Amino acid sequence: MLNRYPLWKNLLIVLVLVIAAIYAAPNLYPEDYAVQISGSRAVHQVDDRIIAQAVNVLEQEGISFKSAELENEAGMIRFDSGDAQLRARAALTRGLGENFVVAMNLAPTTPDWLTAIGARPMTLGLDLRGGVHFLMEVDTVQAVTQRLEVYASDIRTTLREQRIRYRSVELEDDGRLVARFADAEARDEAQSRLRRDFQEFAFETAQQDEAWFLYVTLNEQTVRDIEDYAIQQNLTTLRNRVNELGVAEPLVQRQGRNRIVVQLPGIQDAAAAKRVIGQTANLEFRLEALSDASRAATEVFEFRNDPDRRATLERDIIITGSSVANANATFDENGMPQVSITLDARGGQMMSRVTRNALQRRMAVVFVEHKTRNVMERVDGEMVERRIPYTEKRLISLATIQSVLGNQFRITGLDSPRESSELALLLRAGALAAPIYFVEERTIGPSLGEANIKMGVTSVQIGFALVMVFMALFYRVFGLLANVALTLNLVMIIAVMSMLGATLTLPGIAGIVLTVGMAVDANVLIFERIKEELRSGAPVQSAINSGFGRAFSTILDANVTTLIAAVILFAMGTGPVKGFAVTLSVGIVTSMFAALVITRALVNATYGGRKLQKLWL
Amino acid sequence: MINIKKEFNFMGARRIAAIFSIVLILVSIGSLAINGLKFGLDFTGGSLVEVTYDQPVELEVVRGHLRGAGYGDAVVQTFGSANDILIRLGEAHDPQLGQTILEILQQEADGSVTLRRNEFVGSQVGEELREQGGLGLLVALIMVMIYLAFRFQFKFSVGAVLALAHDVIIVLGFFSLMQIDFDLTVLAALLAVIGYSLNDTIVVYDRIRENFRVLRVSDSIEVLNTSLNQTLSRTIVTSLTTMMVLVVLAIFGGEMIYGFAIALLAGVIIGTYSSVYVAGNILLLLNVTREDLIPPPPKEDEEEELVP
Repeated sequence: MLNRYPLWKNLLIVLVLVIAAIYAAPNLYPEDYAVQISGSRAVHQVDDRIIAQAVNVLEQEGISFKSAELENEAGMIRFDSGDAQLRARAALTRGLGENFVVAMNLAPTTPDWLTAIGARPMTLGLDLRGGVHFLMEVDTVQAVTQRLEVYASDIRTTLREQRIRYRSVELEDDGRLVARFADAEARDEAQSRLRRDFQEFAFETAQQDEAWFLYVTLNEQTVRDIEDYAIQQNLTTLRNRVNELGVAEPLVQRQGRNRIVVQLPGIQDAAAAKRVIGQTANLEFRLEALSDASRAATEVFEFRNDPDRRATLERDIIITGSSVANANATFDENGMPQVSITLDARGGQMMSRVTRNALQRRMAVVFVEHKTRNVMERVDGEMVERRIPYTEKRLISLATIQSVLGNQFRITGLDSPRESSELALLLRAGALAAPIYFVEERTIGPSLGEANIKMGVTSVQIGFALVMVFMALFYRVFGLLANVALTLNLVMIIAVMSMLGATLTLPGIAGIVLTVGMAVDANVLIFERIKEELRSGAPVQSAINSGFGRAFSTILDANVTTLIAAVILFAMGTGPVKGFAVTLSVGIVTSMFAALVITRALVNATYGGRKLQKLWL
Repeated sequence: MINIKKEFNFMGARRIAAIFSIVLILVSIGSLAINGLKFGLDFTGGSLVEVTYDQPVELEVVRGHLRGAGYGDAVVQTFGSANDILIRLGEAHDPQLGQTILEILQQEADGSVTLRRNEFVGSQVGEELREQGGLGLLVALIMVMIYLAFRFQFKFSVGAVLALAHDVIIVLGFFSLMQIDFDLTVLAALLAVIGYSLNDTIVVYDRIRENFRVLRVSDSIEVLNTSLNQTLSRTIVTSLTTMMVLVVLAIFGGEMIYGFAIALLAGVIIGTYSSVYVAGNILLLLNVTREDLIPPPPKEDEEEELVP
């Protein structure tokens, strides 16, 4: 018999390898040092004018750059050295003003035709790039309590409207709402009414002395929804903040039930990042000052979108953003954009009390932000970057009060749906739904990142070389064939990782090294099996065939079990463990393909077509 | 080259192997009970700061600086080279600590001090990671056991899992005895050990299963011995290549990967041993016979077993 693969099978293998090579290719192109310019708000779009301005700034400072262009609505300026990048960032931050965020970045130099088919290099994890990793916990208990207070007020309103007499509705420490009634009828009526109005409530009743109680608890689903909402809101807030920091490719992601991960590659000043992220921006609702108001009781503010426009407001604040329970961008009857705002109980009360006496006057929404400004100063003849914290208060809207406002009202008079959604977002972002605190923090300096890459690559190279030499010596021609398969295996691992958009971490590199060591196992199994067949006197070609055939089930069982372990690692692990699990899983799959299909094809091509008396194995 | 012609009587040494394994396990459990594991920051919570001085620095000097600032309980050690210093602090400290420490050292040092790494893990997070890790190990073991019971036979799955538990306990014991830091990457390594050791055991079991069916001998010990000898050169070659890359990792991979490489190295060595001596031994203890592996006569309403 002869061992030959049909043409289609060989072509298929070639096709797979070509695709793998193409998708692995972007990793070969070195990254450029770059700065990325983006608008700090939607109104500030980066366009060719801004790029020209940036180029101008750089030319004035005498900083040479490779290219400056618009990429994905952001300006990308590339440099030859990290030093030029650093100087450019400082110059551009000063030159372009606060409306634009200048972030340091490493820009891939992947050729356009590769980018066009979706090929891109692997992302490097923080341990390889340097940067900051924060894990924050959202105090969801607080969020639920806040909402319960709103419910308490809703219940009171409902009872009042239905003319059901009650003594009190209070929030207890154990998270239950308790309503007190003077008699059983009132309580039962209240219960049936509330049951109709609020599907999310669960009820319990009690009686003590001359008081009848109705205990109200939220069902599990509602509590979860409130928590989810709080976390979503905090995610929005944090994303905004992170954008303000000027980080390229930040990651802000929910983790588990009440945690948020923030990863900022390239940031070295963790303390500064923390201040900004932990900070609470806020909103203020104020009335416009009457024309006869005294100077001492008023304050002048600029509009956020139009610094030339100003308005004089009362110093008294009606409520702040922390009273905003929710805000959504919607449209009014005429299809004009507006923002619907829901206030919490106390906010609603304050709002209605103030607006009752201020009909037809105008109310302003002021955006208050605690920011830091970076200033370059000359200290002892050296340029030092210094941060100055400051508070920025700007108007986002000024509108006439048409009727008494309760805990729900709308802000109209907005220019575009984009403005309304941005405002809604800011309103939500302004009101941190629940306090957050840091539970984990990891800062990796850039020097360590670089060292880690270098060590990782060295290990892969040396380990790879050793295994290749060993295989060649031990299995001769077959060893060489296995080495070819092993090399292609490495290409495939990198290609799949790149395609998945997986992040390469240090444990990930360790996973690749381990895979290289273990990948030969399948080949070893096959070759040993062929040897055995030969020893037992089988003809060469059938020995090859049954060697591959018999090793198959062993290889399958062995790899599937390892894969089970890897998948569990991925499912249960976090951070570094996940990175390792991904490379291990990918490696197991590709090395099976390499050993069973590629090696087979190579062996077939080398030996399969002719009659052999002896195999040099 | 290595050419194994001689037939080894592995199962002849099974009593000695059993005693050896039991002693290792007892020592491991004892050490785990007495010394415990030296959990790293990932699992205990706390702060860790790694800094580089531009010139070699005496540990005592750094300790002195920290003591002067009121951090007498800080653990200070070198990390890789004399310029690299690793400082650990207990969980009672606040998240801002890393920054503070860096500032203290920068003030006190003669040359420049740069931050390489600053980590803070809340104690609650650490505890969760520890629980998750333990749970992960257990789930992995159970899933593997189910898969093997399905693919082989119940006795084999018990044997494989016991061999695995044997490996995991001994590697843990090794970490406990040596007081090497046990962090997240080591946990990853431990799970990789499960994968590797299984791989090894299954290759052997696969051959045992085949030989029970093919060889016309009823003596289980003989079948096991033949199987082990047939797979021996593969066992050695694969262990060697894997150990080669692990040694490379341990030497060139840097301090952060060192624990990982050592854990896997220990795991590979013990896993190779266990797949030869322990996995087979347990099969004998469970009294495995040919009958266990001969497919039951197919009934009409049952599908035949697929043999690839």
